[in-house]
Amino acid sequence: MRLDLDPRTIAQARALAAKVGDPIVEMAKKHTTVAVERATLRLAGLSGADPDGTPWVNHLVDAVRADLGLEHGVSLPVWQALAAHDNDLSRLAEEAAAGQVTFHLPEGAEAELAAKHAREAVGAGIARLDASRVARERMIAEIGDAPRKPWIYLIVATGDIYEDIPQAQAAAREGADIIAVIRSTGQSLLDYVPEGATREGFAGTYATQENFRLMRAALDETSRELGRYVRLTNYASGLCMPEIAALAGMERLDMMLNDSMYGILFRDINPVRTFVDQRLSRQIHARAGIIINTGEDNYLTTADAVEAAHTVTTSQLLNEYFAKEAGLEDWQLGLGHAFEINPDVPDSFRLELAHALLAKTIFPDAPLKWMPPTRHMTGDIFKGYLLDGFFNLAGAMTDQGILLVGMMTEAVVTPWISDRDLALQNVRYVMDAAGRLGEDFHPAPDGFIANRAREVLGESIDLLGKIIDEPNGLLDAIADGTFGLMKRPADAGKGLEGVAVKSEAYYNPASTILEGEE
Amino acid sequence: MTIIRPYGDTTGDGMVQVSFTLPIKHSKVADGAALQLANKMGMEPAMVVHSKPMGDDFTFFVVYGQVNHLVDTDKVQVVERDFPLLTPKEANAVIKETLRRPMVVVGACIGTDAHTVGIDAILNIKGFAGEKGLEYYKEIEVVNLGAQVSVPSLVDAAVTRRADAVLVSQVVTQRDAHLLNTREMSAAFREAYPAGERPLLVAGGPRFDESMTAELGVDRIFGRGTTPAEVASYLVHRTTSKEPAV
Repeated sequence: MRLDLDPRTIAQARALAAKVGDPIVEMAKKHTTVAVERATLRLAGLSGADPDGTPWVNHLVDAVRADLGLEHGVSLPVWQALAAHDNDLSRLAEEAAAGQVTFHLPEGAEAELAAKHAREAVGAGIARLDASRVARERMIAEIGDAPRKPWIYLIVATGDIYEDIPQAQAAAREGADIIAVIRSTGQSLLDYVPEGATREGFAGTYATQENFRLMRAALDETSRELGRYVRLTNYASGLCMPEIAALAGMERLDMMLNDSMYGILFRDINPVRTFVDQRLSRQIHARAGIIINTGEDNYLTTADAVEAAHTVTTSQLLNEYFAKEAGLEDWQLGLGHAFEINPDVPDSFRLELAHALLAKTIFPDAPLKWMPPTRHMTGDIFKGYLLDGFFNLAGAMTDQGILLVGMMTEAVVTPWISDRDLALQNVRYVMDAAGRLGEDFHPAPDGFIANRAREVLGESIDLLGKIIDEPNGLLDAIADGTFGLMKRPADAGKGLEGVAVKSEAYYNPASTILEGEE
Repeated sequence: MTIIRPYGDTTGDGMVQVSFTLPIKHSKVADGAALQLANKMGMEPAMVVHSKPMGDDFTFFVVYGQVNHLVDTDKVQVVERDFPLLTPKEANAVIKETLRRPMVVVGACIGTDAHTVGIDAILNIKGFAGEKGLEYYKEIEVVNLGAQVSVPSLVDAAVTRRADAVLVSQVVTQRDAHLLNTREMSAAFREAYPAGERPLLVAGGPRFDESMTAELGVDRIFGRGTTPAEVASYLVHRTTSKEPAV
């Protein structure tokens, strides 16, 4: 099922998105952040934390910053100092934390030597990303991939990684192609990545390198048992976006939630911090072969799904622009959208089809992430089950790539075993009964659905035009509350103190290697 | 006295439906177990109308049956909320009409508590339990100071922003730190403001006892599971009614 949209209009929308996005990319290139520098150290192999749980990467970045500021990056000072510490990053970090190291910014030949060593160390981490990608491709070739599209996406979230593991394995056996481990509430606002296996969380489980490793290993076992590769998802968002991306890439996670604006809008994270962090995180995802999931569905949980439909399209176009700029390919773009129109609105299902088809038509090669109703799930589980059925039908008819399974007990309880089973039966029934219905029907060229899709695309083009006309483009639009009704000025929000304008001497081997300048 | 029974299709038939899962392999024994449970729940006669295996170790049941219990509505006891629960739209309308300006709400985690999960659930637009946080309310101006805020800076922010209400969250606490912190906070506000002019003080967190308002010197305590709409409705109720803060 495809919409007949004028390709020139779609091209115009893309061109406008590029015009909006370009100054943001230029701004991102001029800045670094504490998270970018910490991600670089993580790629170089520095891990672990002090007895109080403060990671060594935080200690080392803070120590360099105290001596020299952040603007030169940490790589040159760290690798210059490293020679006197047996080339042991952990030892350097420990001594720096104890105040026993004074950092200098090397110049000339000394700087070149430090850069060379930094490049080698970070290069080893990037080789790990490559190795994970190869391992994934090999496993899929050996044991098989998910049997059909859309991929079925289920969530686990107990707070305890050792409880999550059997639940995730059970969910995979029940039919999930993708397991997402929801993070503990509030992790996005921690300016460090917790360490080790964790057993306590609030409405979710902390994203840590060890938790990633444990869950991936368990799902590898289940993948072999089931004869299909089960993908693992987590969240590269919040204040540690690029660090988590690096950990995910090294531990072979397969998909990461990674939106260009979600943290700004819904977590009040500073816009500059977000765009800078996002760029490196996406470069890492691109290299590691990770599929990103964007968060447009969230706009519709705060703004009206009909009135704000064009903000979803606009954000998808921007997410695509930023993703492509960072090196991600179409197959890696799980652009988000959701079935959130009030079911009491007349023709709500036709409107949903129009919006879903619009996304599929603009982004034909992207595995779109289709999110189930949440806002109009009232506790009437019977009505909710029907609504989820219609959500599944819209997903099947419009060829969505990633289908997050809706639970009839949304907003009532965290899913029970029976809720999950019933939800999967719902998905299976709809896919088996109507999975290829789209082949038989095309929206009438001037019918309700086609006209609505054109209307939304037109509004999206108007909005992009308006954003371009703002003196500070997208940053002003975000400050004005254009997306999700949230007003987020560029000079406010969390994490701003962790941003610096790069100096002439700035060097970071991660971005150099990932941008292919080697 | 009013006695009622569930209604299926005939007055007094007492018919109910339940669904549940038993951790047992799908079998005749499993169906029998479901029936036994239904009987013990007061459903007699009961019919297992659906049983389905879920994996090797679980079975899901739908059971219909007649309950022999009677309900006396005169003996129903409920703890009534002492303020009306408003939708965001209604709350906005009341604020607009009575305050004639946005209500200012300052929130923070005080003391050493770095867990903003509670205050964020109530304040951030993302919200909690399917409800949007106070930031979503057009007529509420939210100032979320975040974590580890000292009492003096909280008082400063409340004074500068002319707060109508101050929300304080305490999630992780040791040796009753949440009680000490909250007392310190309410004392500081009593000192900083003339009597009757201080903002509403609201404390929230899973360890609080909702009945301790007087001891802690706050106007209201909200415990585990409180949703943004409840907090918003309470704030609207108190700031737009004539009762002064004590």
